[in-house]
Amino acid sequence: MPFSLLKFGLKSDYPFENDPDLPPPSELKRHYDVVIIGGGGHGVATAYYLAKYHGITNVAVLEKGYLGGGNTARNTAVIRSNYMTPQGVKFYAASVKLFQNLSHEFDFNIMYSERGQLTLAHTDATVRAFRQRAEVNKHFGGRTELIGPQEIRELVPTLNMNPAHLPVLAGLWHKDGATARHDAVAWGYAKGATQRGVELHQLTEVTDVDIQNGRVTGVHTNRGNISCGCVVQAVAGNSSLMAAKAGFRMPITTYPLQAMVTQPVKPFLDPLVSSSALHCYVQQTSRGEMVFGGGSDPYPLYNTRSTLELKESLLAHAIEMFPFMANLRLLRQWAGITDMTSDYSPIMGLSPVENYYLDAGWGTWGFKATPICGKTMAELVASGGVVPELIAPFAMSRFDTFKQVNEMGATAASH
Amino acid sequence: MKIMHCPLNGPRNISEFVYGGDVRQMPQPDECTDKAWAEYVFYADNRAGVVTEWWLHTPSGYWFIAERHTVTDDIVRTYDASDMFQQRIDFMVAGSDKEEQ
Ligand SMILES: Cc1cc2nc3c(=O)[nH]c(=O)nc-3n(C[C@H](O)[C@H](O)[C@H](O)COP(=O)(O)OP(=O)(O)OC[C@H]3O[C@@H](n4cnc5c(N)ncnc54)[C@H](O)[C@@H]3O)c2cc1C
Repeated sequence: MPFSLLKFGLKSDYPFENDPDLPPPSELKRHYDVVIIGGGGHGVATAYYLAKYHGITNVAVLEKGYLGGGNTARNTAVIRSNYMTPQGVKFYAASVKLFQNLSHEFDFNIMYSERGQLTLAHTDATVRAFRQRAEVNKHFGGRTELIGPQEIRELVPTLNMNPAHLPVLAGLWHKDGATARHDAVAWGYAKGATQRGVELHQLTEVTDVDIQNGRVTGVHTNRGNISCGCVVQAVAGNSSLMAAKAGFRMPITTYPLQAMVTQPVKPFLDPLVSSSALHCYVQQTSRGEMVFGGGSDPYPLYNTRSTLELKESLLAHAIEMFPFMANLRLLRQWAGITDMTSDYSPIMGLSPVENYYLDAGWGTWGFKATPICGKTMAELVASGGVVPELIAPFAMSRFDTFKQVNEMGATAASH
Repeated sequence: MKIMHCPLNGPRNISEFVYGGDVRQMPQPDECTDKAWAEYVFYADNRAGVVTEWWLHTPSGYWFIAERHTVTDDIVRTYDASDMFQQRIDFMVAGSDKEEQ
């Protein structure tokens, strides 16, 4: 046995190391410069960049459950930038760039795996839309091209080229498409933030918001009241409920999104494959499990139950795409509650309350935005409300001026 | 299968129904401000609790009203729209002469 291993085993603090990933729970202070509501990936990423780039460390992240236990832990981890609008592509491409370097930055392996994403077209209209997306993506530095059936067969030999009698005409091949461990992303940010002095308070629910003269002055929690210089709201599916406490409505409706995973099998599928016509996307994890998901539930709900309806429809489509999957067994089915906007773009920036900032409307697509979202929200907070150019198109007020950023076609079934 | 009670056809699988949005008052498109119109079209209460909504039974093309709990996923009550609307509602046609209404 190597000597160092023996030494490690005999250390007095073994099996626990001296530097735990997160500090132990502490009392809430009376005041913080910044209160971040929601300890998902977005909340802790914002705290991390506030501490790292702006030296703002009197920050509390308040999480009603546990770190990353919301949609951050429930998503299927598709990372990509092949959207439709210039505003969208620029924003998500900046996020993909940050993701590519995140393991180094954290010195913590987030298992970033760049396998490419293939989206299938079954109609001429989709082929036309794909041409546009490929060009927009290339223009803003992404790697995307339109490929034909022969190349698709070579990339994914096990794919049924005529699923549900919808012939595969072409594919949008996005080489930057990737996946990563979502828990690792949340923990990496949380660890980096708390090491720099940020406080993460789990099991701490914000129950009310104090507003005076159009400014937020503090929040109430199940562990007492605190005052604060400003608030960042990053609560995903609960966005409308939190905003109601701050006194305004949002253009958001909360729908469940479900996904499922099979038992592991030998590696056979490298790229992430999706088809919007079939409302289905499929990928194989590094453990060999097949993960698949589809569109949102058919009606709004604040509940993470799974349904038989979705299981039946999604499995039928997945099996159309990969017929041999009919022999696999399902391990799990789960859901998250997602904050859907009508244009499938996020809501970031200012709110009707002066020092109350919004990070919401992430629906079914917000995991991939975690790094850039944290970075730009931190800039917004540190500057006292100067909106960074990259997120200006996503202001909530775009709905009042009818300037939506339409990403529905590029989002609905691929997330 | 989850079952919904259709006021016209009785208990049916939820997959036969389509959700049609909250029952709410439409502002007059010609007269209201852009902000009021945006509020109506895009903004939502998105409440956690009992909501009153339009639902459609697709096979029979029948619209009705359902009260539903958005946290427990229980359907509290369904009824014909005439229970709520005693009179016909005529919407103003945008650009039409107001005297005609
Ligand atoms: C099944 C599924 C698949 C998805 N697939 C993808 C994908 O492939 N790619 C992609 O990019 N995105 C995907 N998404 C979307 C993505 O998961 C989310 O947009 C993203 O994780 C949002 O991160 P967040 O930190 O804003 O929210 P969350 O991780 O949900 O964090 C919000 C936190 O706020 C907390 N909170 C709520 N109310 C309060 C309160 N009153 N007080 C204190 N804390 C509170 C919650 O407990 C929660 O932990 C998917 C989502 C689901 C559900």
